[in-house]
Amino acid sequence: MASLPKPEELVKIDYNPPRRGWMDNPVEFRRGTWLYAAKPRHLEALGLPNPREWSPEEEDWKLPPEWREIVLEGFKERLERFRSLKLFMDICSRCGACADKCHFFIGTGDPRNMPVLRAELLRSIYRRYFTLSGRMTGKLVGARDLTEEVIKEWFYYFYQCTECRRCSLFCPFGIDTAEITMMGRELLGLLGIYPDWIIAPVANCYRVGNHVGIEPHAFRDMVDFCVDEIENVTGIRVEPTFNRKGAEILFIAPSGDVFADPGIYTFMGYLMLFHEIGLDYTLSTYASEGGNFGLFTSHEVMKRLNAKMYDEARRLGVKWILGGECGHMWRVIHQYMDTMNGPADSLEEPVSPLTGTKFENARSTKMVHICEFTADLIRHGKIQLDPSRNDVFKVTFHDSCNPARAMGFFEEPRYILRKVCNRFYEMPENTIREQTFCCGSGGGLNADENMEMRMRGGFPRANAVGYVREKYGVNLLACICAIDRAVLPALMDYWVPGVGVAGLHELVGNALVMKGEAERTTTLRGEPLKGSGDDENT
Amino acid sequence: MVTVKLHNFLSGKKDAIINKWYEGVLKTYPAEAARFLREEKDRFANPVGYALYEGMKGIYEELLRGLEPDRVDPWLDRIIRIQAVQEFRPSQAVAFVFLLKQVVREELAAAAAERELPWGELLEFEARVDELAGLAFDGYMKCREELFAIRIKEIKNRTSRLLQRANLGVTIFE
Repeated sequence: MASLPKPEELVKIDYNPPRRGWMDNPVEFRRGTWLYAAKPRHLEALGLPNPREWSPEEEDWKLPPEWREIVLEGFKERLERFRSLKLFMDICSRCGACADKCHFFIGTGDPRNMPVLRAELLRSIYRRYFTLSGRMTGKLVGARDLTEEVIKEWFYYFYQCTECRRCSLFCPFGIDTAEITMMGRELLGLLGIYPDWIIAPVANCYRVGNHVGIEPHAFRDMVDFCVDEIENVTGIRVEPTFNRKGAEILFIAPSGDVFADPGIYTFMGYLMLFHEIGLDYTLSTYASEGGNFGLFTSHEVMKRLNAKMYDEARRLGVKWILGGECGHMWRVIHQYMDTMNGPADSLEEPVSPLTGTKFENARSTKMVHICEFTADLIRHGKIQLDPSRNDVFKVTFHDSCNPARAMGFFEEPRYILRKVCNRFYEMPENTIREQTFCCGSGGGLNADENMEMRMRGGFPRANAVGYVREKYGVNLLACICAIDRAVLPALMDYWVPGVGVAGLHELVGNALVMKGEAERTTTLRGEPLKGSGDDENT
Repeated sequence: MVTVKLHNFLSGKKDAIINKWYEGVLKTYPAEAARFLREEKDRFANPVGYALYEGMKGIYEELLRGLEPDRVDPWLDRIIRIQAVQEFRPSQAVAFVFLLKQVVREELAAAAAERELPWGELLEFEARVDELAGLAFDGYMKCREELFAIRIKEIKNRTSRLLQRANLGVTIFE
């Protein structure tokens, strides 16, 4: 009886989290925060190891018996192959500059989401098995044994990084945590540990040509649907072609723009623009995906998926490739494609057929971003725009991480935006351009089962949108990324209700004055051109 | 014996009480996060810290004015909306409300010294805090329900066009 607590002890609740070192704090897989495991059939389709049914919330992850050797061998291989990885493992001085720059740390308050600690997840193993001091002194120098708990921790935290690279902006050594995350994911992949949300699109893309797995006839059908919708709004029937040999340009968009709301309106914008300028282009039902979830899987898989763009361009005999509004697609094209599958010698250096502008930055990849292309058209007065058709919107612009930080792509989208709408308001300086906050769902995290985690990671972005909504009455968040278009509506609904999401070329489509068009009474979404925009925030 | 007037006391000590209350809430986060939430003053770099502090200030003001759900809800929402998606159990997410009782009792005890405590007023105040906790739980449930609804809406949006084109004749949309 003496051990029974007294009443005052019973009511004293300790709200404080346990004070333990991060290494001794195993991960708890709470629903809403993690991604479902990849289905075996997808791994089989790609020839990836250890296909099996498993779940992160079960104790047994069904790892192969020699899993430790596989990981350490894979780690060794990568240290030899990627000098960047070796450097990133060695040079961090733990200055802390990155610590509070990650949207997941800011939103979760979880120290293991500080980029420095996320990297320590790998470094602790690197020290233990690949450095003398780590082998000798272990924990004293931050080294630890590779256990199944560590593997689980890797899965939890490397899939809480969107590879947005905001942290790397602040690192005095230029350590790129996205690269560390990519390595961590590759090592997990050696054991067959992938999220289904990433590997299913990869398998689809490998088999059919796009993430969604839309087959050629259905792809065409979806584009036809856009054509009908455009006709309803403008009275003009645009005529895209498919797999047409001899076209000057191959246009590749992220597949999200072809079938999902609100991306589909951006796709309509592309088609209208191409029609209006009489562009000699074709769509491909084989290279029907600009995105590349291979980036979130492994270098090998990324290369495999990327190759189809060049193959198809070569097969069709086009001069160059024009790419749609996508985020990670452009990181792959801008930073990996040329060394993976390039140089694309069978293609020509891109030149705009309308303005004669040479896109020298794409001399080697032969692939041009649609925003550069459109900005150039506007600059040369090749299209007529009526920005008042977007007067129903008060717009702010979210710099998508990859075009911003992987391409330095800041001005072109803003230039277009200022020409196609009258009311554009910037978010605060430390949340845009190179410092832009991630949507919280990139890097393959845009599933629905981890919605809670996405809301945490996206909060810093949403908070800045909330500010311009309050201050200026902003009601539309424009972006140039298909993942953004897919995930930001949910983020807005939770944190800043009343703010819609649109791709830039949807606004271009609204503003574009087309020869012979009927008088426009609605936006591409079928909503009245003028009306509630001014009133709804007062 | 002189009695402390609670309302005057709570108004006079406002900043000290809010700061202490805020400190208590910060302690529910891991130490590294608490340091960041406390020290980073930029509201865009530290949106969680900013929202928590502003929310608590707003709630405290409303408590002093009486407790009108319509007026206090937006302030509560600032905090609860965050905690409803963070690593807290439901009881932990609303627990910050109860921390205020503890802070007020401590401050009051320290200030009263030899004077008589305003028991009646204090009980009334604490009853209001309890009511506030109820409102916080309503807010918590509202946020969680929204979260689930948003998840469903997203799944529908993702497939809407395909289903429409497939002429399935199924109307799953509002």
